[in-house]
Amino acid sequence: MDPIHQFQIKSLFPIAHIGNTEIAFTNSALFMLIAVALISFLMLGTTRSRALVPGRLQSLAEMSYEFVASNVRSTAGTEGLRFFPFVFTIFMFILVVNVVGIIPYAFTVTSHIIITVALALLVFFTVIIYGFWKNGLGFLKLFVPSGIPIYILPLVTFIEVMSFLSRPVSHSVRLFANMLAGHITLKVFGGFVVMLSAFGVLGWLGALLPLGLTIALTALELLVAALQAYVFAILTCIYLNDAIHPGH
Amino acid sequence: MDPQAAKMIGAGIACIGMGGAGVGVGTIFGHYLAAALRNPSAAQGQFGNLIFGFAVTEALGIFSLLIALLLLFAL
Repeated sequence: MDPIHQFQIKSLFPIAHIGNTEIAFTNSALFMLIAVALISFLMLGTTRSRALVPGRLQSLAEMSYEFVASNVRSTAGTEGLRFFPFVFTIFMFILVVNVVGIIPYAFTVTSHIIITVALALLVFFTVIIYGFWKNGLGFLKLFVPSGIPIYILPLVTFIEVMSFLSRPVSHSVRLFANMLAGHITLKVFGGFVVMLSAFGVLGWLGALLPLGLTIALTALELLVAALQAYVFAILTCIYLNDAIHPGH
Repeated sequence: MDPQAAKMIGAGIACIGMGGAGVGVGTIFGHYLAAALRNPSAAQGQFGNLIFGFAVTEALGIFSLLIALLLLFAL
């Protein structure tokens, strides 16, 4: 009943060897493929009929599209819409991976920091490269807010640079830690049910309480899964907005 | 002191930080609710800001929980 056991990466079958490092198809890769297959089915399969009056799944696909598009437009402006495919991909991937992870015995891909760091660094470097490509050195205005008295400007600039550099850390750890903590909590409460029910009939009655809590926590986890995907996407939009419109 | 015991105590101390995040999240939702009751028509437009502020604040509590979990299970 080790609560960490569920995050173990198992190799399903090896693919290649590079030096002493084994490249294997893991359960993490399997669940990422499942997520991509689900998203592809939702976005391509259900909209194939192009019905004027959409069915349930088609309207789900349309709603998610419009939801992300309106968020991108409101945070990063109309110019930000050129990054819409990027933001939409990140949002759908994290959302589906998180929700699939709640299913018992499923593996939560985003509970490994390597995945979330890869996504966060992708956003981070996209912001830097696009910012310099579009604004040239004007991108550095991001670190020098206007209307600040000259004698505290160095301090403010230092703080701005530091907060910019710490973005990928907080961006990735937020998602990773939320998923990790949520799943450990579920496991711990599930463990209480098993422990209590070992005491016979009276224990079974006592086990009803943690069982109900586990169900409630699963509902909360469903909310957190969607919320963290939304937060990751909206932060991506906010960071991209800095690259598109630097200067405060 | 036994290193295992020190680890457990450290994990407990790390969890104190979550109290601060609790205060912060409470402040955010409380102020949102107060403002929304004053001007319900403007409330929908600020929902994104609410969730954003909630996530940024909650992340700090999660960080301290992460330290506790690392102390308990990983280190």
